[in-house]
Amino acid sequence: MVNFSNVSKLYPGGQEALKDVSFALGAGELAFLTGRSGAGKSTVLRLIPAIERPNRGTVIVNGQNVGALKRSAIPYLRRNIGQVFQDQKLLHDRSVFDNVMLPLAFSVHAPREAARRARAALDKVGLLARERAHPVQLSGGEQQRLAIARAVVNRPSLLVADEPTANLDAESAARIIDIFVSFQQVGVTVLIATHDQALIERYGGKVLRLEAGRVA
Amino acid sequence: MGVLNALVIGIALALPAGGYSLLESLRAVAGRVTLEPQITVFLPAEATRAQAETIGGKLRADRRVVELRFLPREEALKELSAVQGMPELVRALGRNPLPDAWVISARAGMLDDLAKDLRQMAGVAHVQADAQWARRLQALAGLGRVGLWLLAAILGAGLIAVTFNTVRLQILTQRDEIEVARLIGATDAFIRRPFYYAGLLQGLAGGVIALLIVAVALALLNREVAPLAASYGSAFRFAYPTLGDAAAITLFAAALGWLGAHLSVSRQLRDVG
Repeated sequence: MVNFSNVSKLYPGGQEALKDVSFALGAGELAFLTGRSGAGKSTVLRLIPAIERPNRGTVIVNGQNVGALKRSAIPYLRRNIGQVFQDQKLLHDRSVFDNVMLPLAFSVHAPREAARRARAALDKVGLLARERAHPVQLSGGEQQRLAIARAVVNRPSLLVADEPTANLDAESAARIIDIFVSFQQVGVTVLIATHDQALIERYGGKVLRLEAGRVA
Repeated sequence: MGVLNALVIGIALALPAGGYSLLESLRAVAGRVTLEPQITVFLPAEATRAQAETIGGKLRADRRVVELRFLPREEALKELSAVQGMPELVRALGRNPLPDAWVISARAGMLDDLAKDLRQMAGVAHVQADAQWARRLQALAGLGRVGLWLLAAILGAGLIAVTFNTVRLQILTQRDEIEVARLIGATDAFIRRPFYYAGLLQGLAGGVIALLIVAVALALLNREVAPLAASYGSAFRFAYPTLGDAAAITLFAAALGWLGAHLSVSRQLRDVG
């Protein structure tokens, strides 16, 4: 599903975020990407939906060489990847329901079908009762679950999440990870970046450890 | 967005559109009077019909004459009497003060030449060539048209700038949404489309407002013009823009709105990344 081979990423200014990184993630697998801050976790997650392009090496996602994709093809790649951003990127000027509707605006055109899918996604993360609320009215854990609902509403085959449990208490964090596990159980490939060692030990999926831009 | 911007655009467009309407109305009047070069040859008041026919024969033989019409003094008097207020005056005179006349349409470019020769001709009292004022009027109308085009161009650029700015502000307020939409798979076309529609609609609304302003202004002018024209025995009114003109103005405004949006979107979305 995801295949990095000899990937290097150099940011403008000469900072080398990734050095010769190779790993593979099979379809339906759940993996944790760990390492200290600045180890390159976010860069890996940004290379998968072509938000960044590699300087060397190849990134293959779902059989497509992402680094060589034409600009016009990138939106279609991203629709098949559910992304949970580190800063969530929720839209605070609209309701919970409308936040989840956003990805459906350009993929599902029948309004009734779109609303049905948005409610199904909210139901899966336990936020159906709060669809009329605004993101600011939600707790940290609820906001994170809303971000997940938006990421999965287009039924992607790959789900990537950047520090989804950061700043959450243990109970909320466990609930978030449970949701990811439930998606993996229905065949979605899941990649979670986290530095929460306790969480990884509890769930025991595949672990990719990054140290100073290399796979350790 | 909205009403205020459409109003600004409407007012800006109303100037050239209204000017165009006024100019078209005046041109129609000028055309009715005469724009083709004409010469009127007046005979002495005491000239007989035989003398008039002699001169007519000479005129007919002249190759510079395209069309020739004899205007007998009785008919000239009848025409004069048809003008409001004139019958009383004619009656007061007690006799017909008008001479016989020949009305000539000259070959293009030969009017001045012909008029000069006719003035030398024996048995001719007065020659009136209408070319000069017609030429002046045409030159003036031409000047007016060029002025209007310049005005339209300048205000059109203003319209583009107004739309550019509205769309820019709109993109700024929707920056977060645009960024997220891009990250999760919206195409460029999907992101641009609403802004194109907004620019188009704003231009369209501006065009309609411009037409309304012009229509109201012309109606007000016509209310004042009607009695004035009547006092000259004329039924002159400023003509409203035709359906074709109205459509052209609205489409022009819509196109400029679209263009403003296009320039703005292309520039701003590059910045949003």
